[in-house]
Amino acid sequence: MRLDLVPRTRRSPVLDILSPALAFVAAVLIGGVAVAALGVSPGDAFVTYFVTPLSEVWSLQEIALKAAPLALIATGLAFCYRANLWNIGAEGQFVIGGLAGGWVGVATHGMGGFTLWILPAMLIAGTLAGTAYAMIPAVLKVRLGVSEILTSLMLVYVAQLLLDYMVRGPLRDPAGYNFPQSVGFDPAARLPYLMEGETLHAGVVVAFLAVVLATVVLARTLFGFEVRVVGASPRAARFAGFSDARLTLAVFAISGGAAGLAGIVEVAGKIGQLQPEISPGYGFTAIIVAFLGRLSPPGILIAAIVIALTTIGGEGAQIDLKLPLDLTRAFQGLLLGLVLGADVFAGYHVRLVPGGPTGRPVS
Amino acid sequence: MRLGGAVLCAMLAAGPALAADKLKVGFVYVGPVADFGYSYQHDLSRKALAEALPDKVETTFLENVPEADSERSIEKLARSGAGLIFTTSFGFMEPTLKVARKFPKVKFEHATGYKRSDNVSTYSARFYEGRYVCGKIAGTLSKSGTVGYIASFPIPEVVSGINAFMLGAQAVNPNIKIKVVWVNTWFDPGKEAEAAKALLAQGADILTQHTDSAAPLQEAEKQGKLAFGQSSDQYRFAPKAQLTSITDDWNGYVIAEAKAVLDGTWKSHDTWGGIKDGMVVLAPFTNMPDAVKAMAEETKQAIADGKIHPFAGPVLKQDGSVAVKAGETAPDPMILGMNWYVKGIDDKLTQ
Repeated sequence: MRLDLVPRTRRSPVLDILSPALAFVAAVLIGGVAVAALGVSPGDAFVTYFVTPLSEVWSLQEIALKAAPLALIATGLAFCYRANLWNIGAEGQFVIGGLAGGWVGVATHGMGGFTLWILPAMLIAGTLAGTAYAMIPAVLKVRLGVSEILTSLMLVYVAQLLLDYMVRGPLRDPAGYNFPQSVGFDPAARLPYLMEGETLHAGVVVAFLAVVLATVVLARTLFGFEVRVVGASPRAARFAGFSDARLTLAVFAISGGAAGLAGIVEVAGKIGQLQPEISPGYGFTAIIVAFLGRLSPPGILIAAIVIALTTIGGEGAQIDLKLPLDLTRAFQGLLLGLVLGADVFAGYHVRLVPGGPTGRPVS
Repeated sequence: MRLGGAVLCAMLAAGPALAADKLKVGFVYVGPVADFGYSYQHDLSRKALAEALPDKVETTFLENVPEADSERSIEKLARSGAGLIFTTSFGFMEPTLKVARKFPKVKFEHATGYKRSDNVSTYSARFYEGRYVCGKIAGTLSKSGTVGYIASFPIPEVVSGINAFMLGAQAVNPNIKIKVVWVNTWFDPGKEAEAAKALLAQGADILTQHTDSAAPLQEAEKQGKLAFGQSSDQYRFAPKAQLTSITDDWNGYVIAEAKAVLDGTWKSHDTWGGIKDGMVVLAPFTNMPDAVKAMAEETKQAIADGKIHPFAGPVLKQDGSVAVKAGETAPDPMILGMNWYVKGIDDKLTQ
């Protein structure tokens, strides 16, 4: 006896929605067993992880703040991954975007007169810098055939060390006791808060608009069609006259720009100055988010919120239930594995076939 | 609906019941509590506090908190009802101040920073005192005349440590050489071990570190060389290699601050304790001849008594210019802002 995977001729939309939901339920059940093994009531853990964070105004804001950069970066990455191009370096593009935009904020520190242009200039500088930085692996791939996976990943470390150098050197706060950080930005260089006295800032709106825009572009434009065709069938795309090189540059530009924008939004929004570390790994987590959301912008938005929710719920679990942080990370990994696994069942029939293990190859 | 309930609960809880409640004390760590270094040592003080005042305090902690994402973690602790919060890494400075503004009744204690406010105190230890003692030991024991130094980030605390170590070493061997490797992390056993290997290959026969894992010690142990531990006593990881370890002892401070909050006498202040205050503790001197041990004990005592100051003049900068004149000692602000090397160190700082 052996198991065969037979592709479904038509994907069922019900199953498409149901499979990640079932995966989530399965992850929660397995997580519950782990929690029980640690001596904590799974019911309490479920409430702390998934209910409490959704029931307070403060933590809802924090979820939005955490989900926004993830959704923004992952949406950009979806263009790349759909076209079968592997930009692993969003973390670096995020850092460069934050650095370039933040530089504008430092340079205009203390400037009087008309200052309304500063914030837009920062956002544009961050986006362009992220795009430019993503062009390096893209051009290397198009011109020399260098693997974009390696170059984009290695450039992450270059970006992090460049930021590190800049805040210890040229951009250091002269009044900061030589500690590695820039001056705090002026109010004109900060993203406005959406509500007085709260933490939610305009960056959340930026991310939401980007997701909407990406949805429209992917579904309704010729360019979106091109991305989808190249990903689904590179040969067909070539027959249709789509250029590989042009598309590579375009999707890298989009994903780099989105990551760069997320970087400057984080710097001008939450942080308010440049410092050696501006990202808790958003660029890498966004890769998980992109796949959890199955490379569709609305799905990505949901996935970003789920990941943000588990992170914030995980903090609550550490404080209230003394559950270790590793459990949260294990759960996030488990969730990704199960969603991708469930995807197989949505795309294939599983058949039990009599016969030896060396039968027809799995398609 | 839940929101309304929460508000109601909060209002009820704010009544007389609160006075009888335990003081919740929260700790935020940059590394894992199992790093057996800095965060581990801080967590020991949390446990000591829980043991010292079991009926009056309840402790909790968040580990592995990235500095760029720490504001929410600190706020979460404040919202969970903590009355006293220790944020234990330099990078938590601005986030701590921001959250402190929102929660004026909660007391905050930030380690190794320099900005305070009405409800934010700062505290740190004079690690450089211990490093001076280590420098003297290394200067005496090194046969190759080269010491390897694994450093984290070029902030003043680390730079002043390298300088103090060098001055101690030069006091017994004017020709001693120090090779510095910057690993740009507080805790990364892999990177630290790589740096240790590189330094040993370059002829260093004693290693010291300003990072938090025991990996460099273990590397020295493997190759039959000597090394100093960091933050906690790491003897069990390298019984044949550890000479001593510069240990942070936060127990006394943490307990005193919690008591002050309980008594209502807590005030924002800055504490910079050294060997004398019991905040910097040197692990037992091991793997060295008795004469060296005696010299180390004597130096430690002299620092505690104020007879030796690691930065006693004349101190020369790398370029030969005078930093501290003969007969004077470096004032605290100079040590706290140190971004230059003393003469003789074979490395360059980014300016």
